[in-house]
Amino acid sequence: MLHITVLVPFLLALMIALLRGKLPGLHRGWLVFAGPLALFVYFLTRIPVIKGGDSGYDIISWIPSLGIDLVFHLDGLSLLFTLLITGMGTLVVLYSIYYLDKRKEELTPFYVYLLLFMGAMLGVVLSDNLMVLYGFWELTSVSSFLLIAFWHRRQKSRYGALKSMLITVFGGLAMFAGFLMLYVMTGTFSIREIWSQAESISGQALFIPAMLLILLGAFTKSAQFPFHIWLPDAMEAPTPVSAYLHSATMVKAGLYLVARFSPVFAGQYEWFWIVSGVGLITLIYGSIQAMKQTDLKALLAYSTISQLGLIMGLLGMGSAASFYTGEEAVFFTAATTAALFHLFNHAIFKGSLFMVVGIVDHETNTRDLRKLGGLVSLMPVTFTVALIGSFSMAGLPPFAGFLSKEMFFTAVLNIRELDFLSMQSLFTIVPVVAWIASIFTFAYSMIMVFHTFFGKYQPEKLDKKPHEAPFGLLLSPIVLALLAVVTGFFPNILSKTLIVPGMNAIHPQIAASSPFYVNIYFWHGFNTEVWMTLGVIILGVVVYRVYGRFSLVDREWGRGRGITLNQVYDGSIRLVERSSRSLTGLYMTGSMRHYLMYIFTLIIIIVGGTLLYTDGITLGQGEYAPISFFEVVAVLVMLTGALAIPFAKSRVSAILLTGMVGYMVTLLFVLFRAPDLALTQMIVEVVSVTLFLLCFRHLPRLGREKVKFRLKLPKLIISIGFGATMTMVALAALDSSPFESISSFYTENSYKLGGGKNIVNVLLVDFRGFDTMFEITVLGLASLAIYSMIKLKIEPDNKPAAVKSMFDDVKPRYSRSNDVLLQSVAKVAFVIIITFSLYLFFAGHNNPGGGFIGALMAAAALVLLAIAFGMDFVEKVLPVNYRILIAVGILMAFLTGIGSFIFDVPFLSQAFAYFELPVMGKTELTTAMLFDLGVYLSVIGVTMNIIFTIGRDD
Amino acid sequence: MELLIALAIGVLFTVGVYLVLSKSLLRILLGTTLITHGVHLLLLTMAGLKTGASPLLGENADSYVDPLPQALILTSIVISFGVSAFFIVLAYRAYRSAGMDDVEGSRGERE
Repeated sequence: MLHITVLVPFLLALMIALLRGKLPGLHRGWLVFAGPLALFVYFLTRIPVIKGGDSGYDIISWIPSLGIDLVFHLDGLSLLFTLLITGMGTLVVLYSIYYLDKRKEELTPFYVYLLLFMGAMLGVVLSDNLMVLYGFWELTSVSSFLLIAFWHRRQKSRYGALKSMLITVFGGLAMFAGFLMLYVMTGTFSIREIWSQAESISGQALFIPAMLLILLGAFTKSAQFPFHIWLPDAMEAPTPVSAYLHSATMVKAGLYLVARFSPVFAGQYEWFWIVSGVGLITLIYGSIQAMKQTDLKALLAYSTISQLGLIMGLLGMGSAASFYTGEEAVFFTAATTAALFHLFNHAIFKGSLFMVVGIVDHETNTRDLRKLGGLVSLMPVTFTVALIGSFSMAGLPPFAGFLSKEMFFTAVLNIRELDFLSMQSLFTIVPVVAWIASIFTFAYSMIMVFHTFFGKYQPEKLDKKPHEAPFGLLLSPIVLALLAVVTGFFPNILSKTLIVPGMNAIHPQIAASSPFYVNIYFWHGFNTEVWMTLGVIILGVVVYRVYGRFSLVDREWGRGRGITLNQVYDGSIRLVERSSRSLTGLYMTGSMRHYLMYIFTLIIIIVGGTLLYTDGITLGQGEYAPISFFEVVAVLVMLTGALAIPFAKSRVSAILLTGMVGYMVTLLFVLFRAPDLALTQMIVEVVSVTLFLLCFRHLPRLGREKVKFRLKLPKLIISIGFGATMTMVALAALDSSPFESISSFYTENSYKLGGGKNIVNVLLVDFRGFDTMFEITVLGLASLAIYSMIKLKIEPDNKPAAVKSMFDDVKPRYSRSNDVLLQSVAKVAFVIIITFSLYLFFAGHNNPGGGFIGALMAAAALVLLAIAFGMDFVEKVLPVNYRILIAVGILMAFLTGIGSFIFDVPFLSQAFAYFELPVMGKTELTTAMLFDLGVYLSVIGVTMNIIFTIGRDD
Repeated sequence: MELLIALAIGVLFTVGVYLVLSKSLLRILLGTTLITHGVHLLLLTMAGLKTGASPLLGENADSYVDPLPQALILTSIVISFGVSAFFIVLAYRAYRSAGMDDVEGSRGERE
């Protein structure tokens, strides 16, 4: 079932993508809406089960050999997150329906990305397997990237998207390394199995590095100082996205990770110090930065950073419980309670505030505090929601934020009781920092709501007249505001259903000994927390007044002073780009020859080096074939021809010398008992020469390469080195046979199983028919490529004059030859060659021959005819479209292959039988013959298509 | 015999690579042809030369030469025929439309 919940958003995304362009009247959002809603309801129904102490557990085996399975696990912590993801998801989709105009925006990609994100996020919080978790984690980064860059024409959107991607993926990779270290230590990717081994691995050398790397992942994702810089730039995303990803869900994935790994790492001093320290620094830094912002969304971004820091700090302080047992442990878990409660509250009030800002933006076309003011009478409902949201954020009663802030104060006061390392005096700083940060939080919350809705209304600065938003747009923020009020009055509906199960997941050991009992009160009497809150309100009001009195909102806040983190980021990006460009420029010269030289050199070093280093060559072990004088002559002629090619002065001699080498190779094939090869090679040589001659006149003269010897030398060295390496490979292969050869199988079974005596041919059409099928397909593609290359006329702007003049004296080519002798001979030869070709085809199964050879022979006959009578004549006599012939041939081979399915045997299984035929007597018929016929036809098609295409080109 | 062929393979590869590293398309084309020949002989030599009769069961011999490399080579011959045909036409077409035979001159625009 859990797998299905993760799958639903992805399936929905697919559906939305497929419906692109359909149902134009319907806003895409309505199609999406039901998905998260259904999931939300499902997860709500799981609450009683989880509350009862059970946890859902689903497993689908994926890569068991690597220990990677799709294990999904629903416990209290996961449940809280799944509810946030699906619940906020539902509201955000609803909001987006009214926010994004279906006529102006590309809605299909928007919802596809949003659903991808939702699915990935569910995957993150449900996965028990680290590798699966990592995969979903990166997918959230990717979908966040796509959503931030949704308005991709804006430079700032792209900048923000890239920045968030680089930072979060960097953290993700670090986390991945941390996961691998955990695997090395524990031998499992399962989080729960790692929990059980936490004690035993804590002493290992990799334990602290793994912890640091995983924290790096959490901190980058949750925008903790100093990795927070991506979050303000991510505000370029459409506001529904900011509300969803960058305040309520994705940025909380880091918190989830810390909470999830608490059972492993809590109890380490490093964990306590780093998590609480970074959290508190982020808390106060974010709250001060938020004061300086003039853009409402930027203010909310810094506020989010600050609040994430608060929760992170609480999780860190909660881990202090692991240093103790019994009552004292429970005492420190108050921080964890606060963390979970505030996690929920923050999602509620920050979501509503983002939506309010979106509405203000929507109605006034600006988010600039310096232009806004006095909107209260114009937008009373929006104002009410904003008031509830910001009062909850500021921690004022009776809203939920007040309760979690009181709990936060309790937690920081508790920390003073920590008695390790005799650092009590240091711990007194913690409440002070928390208190100061709360003052700023109060102040910016007030700035946000009062500067927008009170003060002077400045219609002249707005480019449209604002009025109250439509009901649909208001619905989601109203729901959230109501939730903030309800949880403010009845906080205990959360405590047993979500918070206690969540705490059980974070502190499994403590929960096992003393079950958690959470009861949230409004009023505890006049204790320190209440005095702290009163202080926050009084000093907060003072700060707010000062802010207004000195018009701090209009001040430019120290830009360009000192080195900011953003400058460091931009600078390092530039540095990386520049240095990688110059490094690449060193070897990526754009010259094919250089690249080939790298490749050859590497082969020489790797292959040749290995052979020399491992003494791979042992000569004189095996028995060698005797040498006859005849063979030596053939080899010498071949080598002479080859060596002469580089010195050839004209095209004709170079081509003829290559042909000479080819014929000597043919001769060697004959000598080495390879009749099929010899036949094929010979005909290929003939056809190739024809091709060469057809193109010949269009090929340039072979000028001498005017290269200095200094430049020739490396070329020479590389070629000799490569040749030597290949000789070594040949020698090494001679005397080593580590495996039993599989060839004997073919020799024994060729007749038994394939019904043919020509083993090579049976191999081609039967045993390795698959190869052959692909081979003719490749050939067909090559010939079609040639066809399109010739037919595709790209008119060059400045065709060099030299080329034209070269052809001026050339007569049209397909004028028929006037050589009567040639014509008469050709007629006779044609019949003979075609007959021979058919013979080769039929003989192929038992004697040298086969489809290839036969087809090439037939093609050669056709070429001969074309030379003698002209191409027009051949086309008139044989009106065949050779391109269709290729297709027919390949199809035939393929259908023969498929035919074997009818008999329930694997693809390309051949059958054979003997028949008494009237004229031919006892004849063997095989399906392989049909296959070979396919080969035959397609090869004729390919060859003729190539030759005729070139021949016809003028 | 095998040693002689091994040496011959080395020479074929040497000349082939040398030609492939030229600027002229025609030379490159001839170079690939030579390399192909080298590969074929290499495959054949690896299996041992003249260890029996031609791989035709009709010969009724006691032993046959290894048929497997021959099947591979046959495939390779045909494929390399297709490749060289393609290559010839590419050279031809490049020269006709761009008027050059120099691979160095035909690289794409650099940024």
